[in-house]
Amino acid sequence: MKRLFWMALVLALALGLLVGCKKAEPTAPAAEEAPAGETQAQAEAQEIVLTIGFTESKTGKLNVSSGRQAKGLRLWMKQVNEAGGIKLSDGTVVKFKEASYDDESSKDRVQELYTKLITEDNADFLISPYSSGLTAASAVIAEQYEKVMITTGAASDSIYKQGYMHVFQIYTPASRYLTGAIDMLKEADPNLKKVAFVYEQAKFATAVVKAAKAYAEEQGYEVVLFEGYPADTTDFGPFINKIVESGAEAVLGGGHFQDGSTFARQLYEKKAPVKAVVLLVAPPEPDFAELGDAAYGIIGPSQWEPQVKFTPEAAKELGIEWYGPSNEEFIKAYEAAYNEEPSYHSAGGYAAGVILEYAIKKADSVDPKKVKAALEATDVLTFFGHIKFDTSEEAHGLQIGHEMVYIQWQKKDGQLVKEVVWPKEGATAELIYPLPR
Amino acid sequence: MKRSVWSFLLPLLVVLAVGLFPLVTQKDLHRETAFTLLRAVALAASLNIILGFTGYVSFGHVVFYGLGGYVAFYLVAVKGWPFWAAMLMGGVAAALLAYLIGAGILRLRGAYFALVTIGVNEAMKAFIYNFQPFGGPTGLTMNFAVYKAYGGPKAVLWMTYYWLFAIAILLVLVTYWIRTSKFGLGLLSIREDEDAAEVMGVRTARFKTWAFTLSAFFPGLVGAIFFFRNASIEPHDAFPLHVSIESIVMVMLGGQGTVIGPLVGGIGYQWMRVFLLTNPLLKNIQLAVAGALLLLIVLFIPAGLVGWLRRRFPATRRFLL
Amino acid sequence: MDMGFLMASLIDGLLLGFVFGIAAIGLTLIFGVMEVINLAHGPVIALGMFTVYFAATLLGLHPYAGVGLSAVTGLLLGILIYAIAVQRVIGQPHLSSLLATYSVNMMIIGIGTAVFTASPRNIEFSLGSITLGPATIPVARIVAAVAALLAAVALYFFMQYTRWGKFIRAVTDNRDAAELVGIPSNKVLAFSFGLGTMLAMFSGGLIATLFPFTILEGGKYELKSFVISVLGGLGNPMGALVGGIIIGLIEGLVPVFLPTTWVLVVEFVLFVLILLVRPTGLFGGRAS
Repeated sequence: MKRLFWMALVLALALGLLVGCKKAEPTAPAAEEAPAGETQAQAEAQEIVLTIGFTESKTGKLNVSSGRQAKGLRLWMKQVNEAGGIKLSDGTVVKFKEASYDDESSKDRVQELYTKLITEDNADFLISPYSSGLTAASAVIAEQYEKVMITTGAASDSIYKQGYMHVFQIYTPASRYLTGAIDMLKEADPNLKKVAFVYEQAKFATAVVKAAKAYAEEQGYEVVLFEGYPADTTDFGPFINKIVESGAEAVLGGGHFQDGSTFARQLYEKKAPVKAVVLLVAPPEPDFAELGDAAYGIIGPSQWEPQVKFTPEAAKELGIEWYGPSNEEFIKAYEAAYNEEPSYHSAGGYAAGVILEYAIKKADSVDPKKVKAALEATDVLTFFGHIKFDTSEEAHGLQIGHEMVYIQWQKKDGQLVKEVVWPKEGATAELIYPLPR
Repeated sequence: MKRSVWSFLLPLLVVLAVGLFPLVTQKDLHRETAFTLLRAVALAASLNIILGFTGYVSFGHVVFYGLGGYVAFYLVAVKGWPFWAAMLMGGVAAALLAYLIGAGILRLRGAYFALVTIGVNEAMKAFIYNFQPFGGPTGLTMNFAVYKAYGGPKAVLWMTYYWLFAIAILLVLVTYWIRTSKFGLGLLSIREDEDAAEVMGVRTARFKTWAFTLSAFFPGLVGAIFFFRNASIEPHDAFPLHVSIESIVMVMLGGQGTVIGPLVGGIGYQWMRVFLLTNPLLKNIQLAVAGALLLLIVLFIPAGLVGWLRRRFPATRRFLL
Repeated sequence: MDMGFLMASLIDGLLLGFVFGIAAIGLTLIFGVMEVINLAHGPVIALGMFTVYFAATLLGLHPYAGVGLSAVTGLLLGILIYAIAVQRVIGQPHLSSLLATYSVNMMIIGIGTAVFTASPRNIEFSLGSITLGPATIPVARIVAAVAALLAAVALYFFMQYTRWGKFIRAVTDNRDAAELVGIPSNKVLAFSFGLGTMLAMFSGGLIATLFPFTILEGGKYELKSFVISVLGGLGNPMGALVGGIIIGLIEGLVPVFLPTTWVLVVEFVLFVLILLVRPTGLFGGRAS
């Protein structure tokens, strides 16, 4: 009896091993499938379907922004496919299909999922998850398999300074997020001297304020407070008390939507006597208006706004090429598809697709190496703005063309509206200064 | 009753079966899966040394994992140490922390000990958030060039896998040794009745401290491996309280104080998690289902699978240890 | 240093201290009666927040009426949790009760994230602010602190002068002896668990009137409850109120001298030290 028992156990174990091995076999040939480049060589006037791999935060704290980003990307994919794909000079038609998973807004499984996208789903090109943290984790995998990954919603500079050669950034990097705001304040009030930075302790916000602080000091500002708060902070009381005590005239900082809007609300409730408030990420979101009076006068940097106008004519003036749909076309298509106004995350997702499309067209090939070379040579104006990548060894793939715009919540007929206030040439309204309280 | 040689071979075979699997198939995805399993096994088996043998419920197991990860990462990424040496230092740092705090906190019993280990973990996390050499809240990142020295990222992924595999095997040997040694007997006597053990001449304080130190060394190594291949480390990734609790669950599931139990528990728990996560029906409430299962185990088979088998079928005691 | 800043900071900290204190009383009461550390404390606090939220958005109740509803729900929920998960592990090794309550934690969080999602909620509610010298204080915070203090006082009188309050104290002192004199100890335990959960949900409801929250929000307050309970002595409800005040003072004082993120370091180091040096809390007797 005893013997039988353990023999059975060992047998079961051995069997388990066997079954495991066997199960693995059928999928093995898939890995040996010819890479996209080779199939293209033998293809004559035929259709290729490229797989675009990415993860989306369907659940967890990033689900709103990440969802919009994925919507933008899917809209692009749908439009390209419906327009008959990209036609290469040898007559090949390139179409796209998606492979995606839910990353649950958590780093736990991002690497596993990207490995799966590359090895199991045979993704040809990758798009990043939303947020710098998740993108940093996925970039390691993209680089390991030498897959081109276009990142959107990932602004931290540090990702692009790790020696990766296959990662390309669409967003303006964090180091240039708030520098424009400093210029704007300088013009609005030359007497303003004391600024406070209160920011979320996360990769992105920390990178932003470190660069902005250096720039502010260079411009002669006195940084009277420089303090981070944990990502899950809901009580900003201690920070607001410190802001008041420091005598700061302007507050810059924030992090993501939730903390940023809470911060704005409590600044209002505690009647902090400051003249300007510039917060990251939260103000450009349409939902920010729900704060009511607490939103009035708040300024925020944005990657893209519906009112921004980049046109083929502007491209001509800059001496660079124009590519893709116009701003109106994008907004119209997006609203028709999803019945909501696009935010800059939506536009970023769409722009990532447009740039990939542009690079494939330029390369006139789907060979990853050629597409990578085309991306490196990219210098183009789109509805999203100017796109150009750093090609140096130290910061390969860092975005150096795109610029931020700054919005402010103002009132029109008693209704809160978002206006572009900086840079001057793109402004739709005058900056309201000092903060009306 | 004479112990069968299988009591030693069986746990070893379990770890070998998991560990060798990707070596046979040579598939990256299998390697990643096996890595997750072995990581769970190593965390559970090391926690078992303190939790299973002495009965002290530590919620702070992950603090050693995070600290080991941070120390090793810092040494490799900032100081340019070779990985193996950094990993060893990660383990040593974790063991040292356990040794230093062990003398104090192991005097506390029951719920007080559980609470203080939560406190240690949270204090460490809060401290690392403010500790600039480790990058503060944004943590540290590894330059890709570091991997090139090891033959590129693919080689690193395999190398770290072998290290983890070796650690898992080592843990089986160590656990088996403890279980069959006088040291282990002393630990078990602490679990049954600490005061009586003291009276009988077991030097409980010293025994507990060494068990705690030993149990902290291994998660230090595992953390070093995990974050090295991750290429980045941040405070909230390094010290997640739920990993401590998951480790406890894995030990409970398999059977505390046994050699094979934590291995079975670790593999079983991870398997269940993946099953729940990929099941479209249960995916959204996977946590709730896992909770319900845990409750059933706690209420009805608190000795875990192996403990239950040993009790229900005494014949199995010869080879299930 | 600016005295006004110190005052403003202390007032802010202190007001919140009462609210945290009332949650900790719930935790410590349960431990005192049945030696169970309730690891479902955090999710229960979060449920208190959601009760107020849905009472306001679905039933159109005033948030403070919602807080009352949340307290009543808490009593029933606590008794339910006791019956399902806790009853069978009373008197067993601590590992069992820790894991049993943690499994309840997983179930609440699991179902909660599936139903409510992890997106943040906010109760649109403001009573304005009043300015007292250097400090501008939102009125809602004052109301929350007063409500918490009143609840603590009510609990005190309940424990001292009512039949069931006396039962609870008797079972806390010695369950076997209480059983001998005819106190239905299992019912008392169930009721105590309900009472502890009620206080947690009450406190969660109050917090919901001040700050935005998600279903995962409770974890933060659960850890605070641990620290406060240990400061006041585990199992000592009135000690926990004082513990809450101490935590409030720490949260007011530390930011004046150090970066605000050091608050947590100070709190948890203090927590560990108290456990090591005086496990019975600041006001407790000698360790038994």
